[in-house]
Amino acid sequence: MSNRYEMRFAGSGGQGVILASVIIAEAAVISGVKAVQSQAYGPEARGGVSKAETVISRDQIWYSKVTKPNFLLALTQASLDKYSTELAEGAIVMMDDSLKAPEYLDAARVISIPILETAKTKVGKAFTANIVAVGAINRALQLFEGKELMEGVKRHIPAGTEEINEKALNEGAALISDKQAAAFKQSIG
Amino acid sequence: MPSDLIHEYMRIDHLPQIWCPGCGNGVIMHDVATAIHELIEDPDTPCNRDDFVIVSGIGCSSRAAGYLDFNSIHTTHGRAIGFATGIKLANPKLHVIVLTGDGDCSAIGGNHLIHAARRNIDLSVIVFNNDIYGMTGGQYSPTTPNGDKATTAPYGNVDRPFDIANLATGAGASFSARGDVFHARETISIIKQAILHKGFSLVDVYAICPTYYGRKNKKGDAVEMLKWQKENLVPTSKFYHMSEEERAGKKMIGILSYNDYPEYTAEYAKVIEASQKKGKK
Amino acid sequence: MSKAVLMQGNEAVVEGAIAAGFRFFAGYPITPSTEIAEQSALRLPQVGGKFIQMEDEIASIAAVLGASAAGMKAMTATSGPGFSLMQENIGYGVMAEIPCVIVDVQRAGPSTGLATSPAQGDYMQAKWGTHGDHPVIAISPASVLECYTLIIRAFNLSEKYRTPVIFLMDEIVGHMREGVELPNPNDLIINPRKMSFHDGANKQCYYVPEGEFIPAMKPFGQGERYNITGLAHDESGFPVNSNEIADKLVTRLLEKVEKNVDKICRIEEYAMDDAETAIVCFGGTTRAVMSAVLKARAEGKKVGMFRPITVWPFPEAQLRERLPQLKKILMVEHNHGQMLQEVQRTVGGKLPVDFLGCVDGTVISPDAILNKLNEMEGKRHAK
Repeated sequence: MSNRYEMRFAGSGGQGVILASVIIAEAAVISGVKAVQSQAYGPEARGGVSKAETVISRDQIWYSKVTKPNFLLALTQASLDKYSTELAEGAIVMMDDSLKAPEYLDAARVISIPILETAKTKVGKAFTANIVAVGAINRALQLFEGKELMEGVKRHIPAGTEEINEKALNEGAALISDKQAAAFKQSIG
Repeated sequence: MPSDLIHEYMRIDHLPQIWCPGCGNGVIMHDVATAIHELIEDPDTPCNRDDFVIVSGIGCSSRAAGYLDFNSIHTTHGRAIGFATGIKLANPKLHVIVLTGDGDCSAIGGNHLIHAARRNIDLSVIVFNNDIYGMTGGQYSPTTPNGDKATTAPYGNVDRPFDIANLATGAGASFSARGDVFHARETISIIKQAILHKGFSLVDVYAICPTYYGRKNKKGDAVEMLKWQKENLVPTSKFYHMSEEERAGKKMIGILSYNDYPEYTAEYAKVIEASQKKGKK
Repeated sequence: MSKAVLMQGNEAVVEGAIAAGFRFFAGYPITPSTEIAEQSALRLPQVGGKFIQMEDEIASIAAVLGASAAGMKAMTATSGPGFSLMQENIGYGVMAEIPCVIVDVQRAGPSTGLATSPAQGDYMQAKWGTHGDHPVIAISPASVLECYTLIIRAFNLSEKYRTPVIFLMDEIVGHMREGVELPNPNDLIINPRKMSFHDGANKQCYYVPEGEFIPAMKPFGQGERYNITGLAHDESGFPVNSNEIADKLVTRLLEKVEKNVDKICRIEEYAMDDAETAIVCFGGTTRAVMSAVLKARAEGKKVGMFRPITVWPFPEAQLRERLPQLKKILMVEHNHGQMLQEVQRTVGGKLPVDFLGCVDGTVISPDAILNKLNEMEGKRHAK
């Protein structure tokens, strides 16, 4: 991994992409890596395209914003179309498989998986899609240990929902094949 | 014993006060001091002088805070109730008395008045209501009657006036009353009840401004204006025994509305307790 | 597992303030400062403090000053439009010498502007927003950890100099989340409020002994009776219409900050020892500037970073010290050139001062700064 890994999380307001970015940043901090998280605020966060960003690094992170993301999560077509145009070279795109990947994306770097459907049917709660995504992201990129990620989740969910969120993490991880995990692994420190 | 009271409760080094001859403000200030004095002296209402904070805004009325020898704070125009809210919430044991004018509390400070009333925070707001901006030289205020003259209403006031006591009631004040300069004994009693009331209380005290309002509107001198109050403002006990015809053109002084809504700082004390219990779990 | 936690800048302000003894908040919701109100509402009652949501920002600062007069360390938080509304009462706090902290999380203006976007357009307002001649202390954090540590300093300065202190944040730092390891509370230095009057002169509330600048005052309700006013007043706190007393008062108010400027002004420097170009910046802009300086250094350029942490008073002396070694200065800030004026005033025409700003609500990137440096280089060679 380069010493600055930029991640962008996009979807529609209410899908919880901001929380997903916060949990990744929290897990990074727990694992002893530096992290800075920020997000788009305002009307956008209430129904339009919603965007959040996390930068992780072994070194001190100065500039806090994402300019050329190394990773993009997109949960809606609008957000995929909008943000897939400004990626770093070799960036990984994770998208819900209900979306159509733009042709200019390198298919070998696209992870198209049923995030929304898994949340709805396998976990049983549509609102856990963001946690399913977090589980899938960590399995694919292998950023943190499982217990670090779960601790990151716990710090940001209401008490009493640990079980369903753990299930969502696991179902998300199960969406990633061993082959994908081997191909997309990032190394931290 | 007026002179003893003045020596005891006023900053005599700074007297005489700045108000014009015939102004009603000195009487209202004296009423406030008397009310506090009677509460301190009364064994049934245990309190001492340091429990009182006098807060005022800007205008003729608000100069009273400086003359009263208590913890006193003379704030910015319209904002006395905002400052008072901070003082009361910071230390709910204090009796916080706001001395304000018609313009100070119902024009520039109108928003603070209605919200303090809505919260029902335990402040006692005494309005020196003289129907005019005196400090700036006689401009119309929110209580200047329609048609009356002022330096900014040379052809007569187009605005419709507020009834501040009713405004407070409408905004949720749990104690609203009216007093005046002439009926000092009744007004002192009302102010005492307002201070003792646990919740937001407002006493709209009809003042007199012979210098600007009186002169502009041919209301005569101070004596004439007090005579008008004597004849047209009627204490509650008397007012209730009057017929409809006798009441025509007259206004009642006394407590106009009263309620025992929960008081803000007492409610907030419960929030503190609840948050600390939750933390311990 | 690391001891660090992920924390938002606005949240760190509240935690740091509580560590400094903050127990009273009055405010009105406004983006991007709202999390400070929300976190205060949650945290203050847990430590026995008080939170109140007022009807507007004017009432908020009024309640804060009232609570401080009654003995509580008090704070409010707002953004540009609300900061404008507070100005009259900030001046009152200065004149009446009531300590408090006002947080302004700056957003893009003027007027309602871009409500959710970052900017630093309130720099001059922080100094000149209220009327009349007055001292101002303003501090600007550049990281989440500094939101915690510097808000403590803001409270300390406010108590020490008995004056409102402006905590001049921006959306970049307010909304950023970072991993932070908070200092041990036992290691913090907290200035308590003096709880008795200075001796002498019949123990008057605004009495200041010879050689000192600041009165000592007991809060209301603790056994002393005195008057507070925004009018020119004597040592008893009573209004006076005397030119001589007014002059003495206002001069003392100004001098209590001016004559202690070396104790109040703090800066941060990076790679300045051999720098020929200094990039001056403050608050959230520091993040992009630091990235740019590191890149420029990697390319062998002699560039350093000079950052006022205390943004008012402007640290003139510290910048002046660096002038002999410098060939040029670049001011980078998210406005149309506000601190630039202080830099130019300090430099006094001795060096070229270039400027990179932004008023479109975006964040200046490290690349934009590097491009600007290259452009300046080009200009110099062309001459």
